[in-house]
Amino acid sequence: MYLAKVYITLKPTVNDPQGLTIKGALHNLGFDTVKSVRYGKYMELQMEGEDIARAGEQVKEMCRKLLANTVIENFSFELEEMKIT
Amino acid sequence: MKFGIVTFPGTWSDGDCYYSLGNILEQDVRYIWHKDTDLSGLDCVVLPGGFSYGDYLRAGAIARFSAVMPAVERFAAGGKLVIGICNGFQILCEAGLLPGALMTNSHLQYRCQWTNLKVENHNSPFTNQSTAGQVIKVPISHHGGNYYADERTLEDLEKNNRVLFRYCESNGEISAGSNPNGSMHNIAGIINARGNVMGMMPHPERACEPLLGGSDGNIIWKSIIRYLTNKV
Repeated sequence: MYLAKVYITLKPTVNDPQGLTIKGALHNLGFDTVKSVRYGKYMELQMEGEDIARAGEQVKEMCRKLLANTVIENFSFELEEMKIT
Repeated sequence: MKFGIVTFPGTWSDGDCYYSLGNILEQDVRYIWHKDTDLSGLDCVVLPGGFSYGDYLRAGAIARFSAVMPAVERFAAGGKLVIGICNGFQILCEAGLLPGALMTNSHLQYRCQWTNLKVENHNSPFTNQSTAGQVIKVPISHHGGNYYADERTLEDLEKNNRVLFRYCESNGEISAGSNPNGSMHNIAGIINARGNVMGMMPHPERACEPLLGGSDGNIIWKSIIRYLTNKV
């Protein structure tokens, strides 16, 4: 079993009104050190399998097909082995 | 003419499209369930507005993989007319039948209001009943209608007259103030390169009789009917 941690982020060229609004709210709370906020998505996928390379390929395919819209988003992921209890 | 209106789980404007086409314009209309794959006999497929699959993940991202969609793609590849309204536009972009993407409105608000649309290309199957530069009044109702495309795509759309509608003032002026969602180039509706697949965020079916505040939306349906009639 593997745990895939998938991160979906907006491409740097894409405007992010949610990130800007969050940054404004943080400034209102006095967190003046925040220079930029980019809003994104995080997903955890539990996957069956014994071959980490193959699992990685599958996650990449899932991201390209469904999890990310590559017109506006980038994706990255981490894979870790899960202990079956 | 025979119209098919696709219903996904969460579609809400299918009934309004049916009413506009069937009751007001007296066309032959049938609903297509998202699990159906038979589009035979149809002249035009409508992907109506709503929140298919709750807009989970991204608007249109799940609906794009519905059983009906490969049939819609084949239908479009055969040169038949496909129109996506609101969520339907989002689905067409997710499916790659139209370029670009529809993002959360720049002000982060859901907007339900009348908009003025400048018809930028009146020679398409979807706009031939309008005049050059005509301004039509059609309402929007969305949270994610902020059209985005990269520079190259925008250039291609503009150069080839593929922008059909732009948000504008009532006098036709394209302004930042008339842009209700932050769309690039004030884009409200586009067509594919072949000219048979159209997507727009405003709802023509909600402007189909004076009682609703206007009937400019019928210009789009009547254009489709005229195009199909001439073809026969």
